[in-house]
Amino acid sequence: MKKTIIQFKDFSFKYRSQVEPTLVNINLTIYEGEKVLIVGPSGSGKSTIAHCINGLIPFSYKGDIEGSLIIKEKETKDLDLFSLSKIVGTVLQDPDGQFIGLSVGEDIAFALENDCVPQEKMKKQVVNVSKLVEMEAHIDTSIHELSGGQKQRVSLGGVLVDQAAILLFDEPLANLDPATGQLAITLIDQVQKETDTTVVIIEHRLEDVLHESVDRIIVMDEGRIVSDTTPDALLVSNVLESSYIREPLYIKALKYANIRLTEEMRPAHLTTLDIDGCKANIQEWFESAELAMSREKTTPVIAVRNLNFGYNREKQILHDVSFSIKQGEMVSIVGRNGTGKSTLSRLICGFEKAQSGEILYQGEDITNDTIRQRAERIGMVMQNPNHMISKHMIYDEVSLGLIMRGVPEEEVKSRVEKTLKVCGLYPFRNWPISALSFGQKKRVTIASILVLNPKILILDEPTAGQDFRHYTEIMEFLLELNQQGVTILMITHDMHLMLEYTPRAIAIANGRILADDSAVNILTNEEVIEQANLKQTSLFDLAVRADIVDPKEFVSRFIAFDKEVRKKWQ
Amino acid sequence: MAVEMLSYIERKSPVHALSGATKLIAFLIWSSAAMLSYDTRVLLALFVISIVIFKISQVKIREVGFVLAFILAFLLLNNVAIYIFSPQEGVKIYGTSHILFEIVGRYNVTLEQLFYQFNVTLKYFVVIPAALLFIVTTHPSEFAASLNKIGVNYKIAYSVSLAFRYIPDIQREFRTIAQSQQARGIDLSRNEKVWNRVKNVSTIVFPLILSSLERIDVVSNAMELRGFGKNKKRSWYSEKTFKRQDYITIIIAVLLLALSLIITFQDGSRFYNPFI
Repeated sequence: MKKTIIQFKDFSFKYRSQVEPTLVNINLTIYEGEKVLIVGPSGSGKSTIAHCINGLIPFSYKGDIEGSLIIKEKETKDLDLFSLSKIVGTVLQDPDGQFIGLSVGEDIAFALENDCVPQEKMKKQVVNVSKLVEMEAHIDTSIHELSGGQKQRVSLGGVLVDQAAILLFDEPLANLDPATGQLAITLIDQVQKETDTTVVIIEHRLEDVLHESVDRIIVMDEGRIVSDTTPDALLVSNVLESSYIREPLYIKALKYANIRLTEEMRPAHLTTLDIDGCKANIQEWFESAELAMSREKTTPVIAVRNLNFGYNREKQILHDVSFSIKQGEMVSIVGRNGTGKSTLSRLICGFEKAQSGEILYQGEDITNDTIRQRAERIGMVMQNPNHMISKHMIYDEVSLGLIMRGVPEEEVKSRVEKTLKVCGLYPFRNWPISALSFGQKKRVTIASILVLNPKILILDEPTAGQDFRHYTEIMEFLLELNQQGVTILMITHDMHLMLEYTPRAIAIANGRILADDSAVNILTNEEVIEQANLKQTSLFDLAVRADIVDPKEFVSRFIAFDKEVRKKWQ
Repeated sequence: MAVEMLSYIERKSPVHALSGATKLIAFLIWSSAAMLSYDTRVLLALFVISIVIFKISQVKIREVGFVLAFILAFLLLNNVAIYIFSPQEGVKIYGTSHILFEIVGRYNVTLEQLFYQFNVTLKYFVVIPAALLFIVTTHPSEFAASLNKIGVNYKIAYSVSLAFRYIPDIQREFRTIAQSQQARGIDLSRNEKVWNRVKNVSTIVFPLILSSLERIDVVSNAMELRGFGKNKKRSWYSEKTFKRQDYITIIIAVLLLALSLIITFQDGSRFYNPFI
């Protein structure tokens, strides 16, 4: 008989500041040594569940609890945050935010320091743990010099050092590039096998977590558990679609091909999927699906030529970057963390000055224009909306740029209202911004840029941390803008976004342009995938497994088909 | 770049090898000596010693140039203020008045006043190298540990060192926000009227505060989840244990303090008077 380690019984929770309970009548049992994934859209209560397990609720975030939560045979209400943190080790969402130590060793040692472990013993333990997460060669390295994947290893190490029985991961994949995300999932799997712990992962990127196997998936929606079953059974059901969680792309393709999925086909992983029975269907669908024609775009609107940049002479960030974007295009810029993608966008906006090379707008040299002059044509939307919002009311925020430009009041009013309508924010125009959700805030920042009528819009990670519903909302909105003639450049880690929305992609690695091609070509080119830390799409793998002669074409047709389906669906 | 100011400068020197706590204690003793004594001979001797220690540390003047310039400007301001508020301080202290030239009213320039202000300046020069050395040769990881060692509560010690650590991050964030606001047409340059500029800066400060609060929330959760604040005490991973050189340094510092106090107060006054 499996031993229970976490048990929610008729558990409800309401934050003190809210009227409605965030968790309603949760009944959930997790057994020792299990690996459980909790998925759900934003606001579904999945993070709240995580906070209940690690004790931030009720010890840091106050509220009303009903029912019981027993962890390791103890009622959590009667414990305290510190004894609970000995049982549950938490790896938080943003690795940068949770580093406390400056060097790898110091950060891993943090929990030991707080336990007053003598220095000598502490150093030994740190070495042991760093071996487990394969960081022993970097113990004295400064945290700032690490790559995204290494940071993830260190934050895991800092939690493992406490030898907690439960490891809790709160959205471990947010902010990681696709390849690093894959490594993180493998690492979690490896560590669990070596340390024999119970693992709970909170994440909404289902396909990425399923890179390794999990025992059970809990689906949450509106504070309730709507499904608690094995991955195979979940993928066969319709639960994902109805709770706005993105299905793995290959599952979607199989459904388009009218294949009736059953649990026995083991659809949880593409590698275990029994494909023999459906090859014919896939082939048939492939032949019937048509390739959508894209309209030709010819006038280049912005071009960069031989751009070089570095903050100092020793560390060159961009080398000889050249490309040209045509009027009305929608392009994604991809590549691993810290490779110069953001720097490139900052150069285009004039936030930084290039060492050499030129930037052309409709053939005109704008290399020496100021930030403000460029802003008339190029708008930049930053990743974190809180970095841009400076007013309390939506109307004031959106009108700020126009007022600063001395536009007459009448015109300000009409332009702001028009933009708010385009962005679907008109009904909220007199609302305080603090009352908006993250996705809506993002829209406000886009609106505040859009109102200035830029011809080109650059967005840094427009969908980071968004669930599928918000993702679709934002992207459909951007697509609409694009169809109205705004050229859109996007920096992204999201392979789905790249495939579904941007026909063209530019891959950057080590400050150089690695590839400038159609998104489909880039995501099927193994060499580019490897160097830019991307991930092959599962559609391609599916096509290969189904013996499709031209897997690349299969991916293209899927994208075109999917777009049509979504159009009808709206 | 300004981001680099007052951060740790990595070198291999005897000063760097000392434990942070030793440096802090030595610095406190050093400053007491400089503060208590107005004896020019003592101050000159201390000044020469601090120059020598600075050399030993292999830190270049250029590397701390920005802060140094800032302190010197402040020193100049201080000197001017002393003269404006108390032009006869030197005469009062030394009991004689050698007038060099008159300006107006009670404002004249006396040798005594010049000598007094020279001593004040010298005090600065004794303390500055010691203070700078403590900051730039103590690894930030060790900073909190050394504060804790001399009796500061570890929670306070940790907050101080965290604050220091986040300064570069906040500077970077400020820059990003400022740029994005400029792109929306907010003018922060001299072309704008002062009042408007102040108002415009608020459009940067508001988001900066919000994002800093967000960050504080994340860090404090992360710290608590890893047991920070559980016990009355904690141990330190990067604390350097006291070695022979640490004890020697502290003993020398104490001896120097004693010696300088003896020399200073030998004649019953804090001041060395060359005018009698």
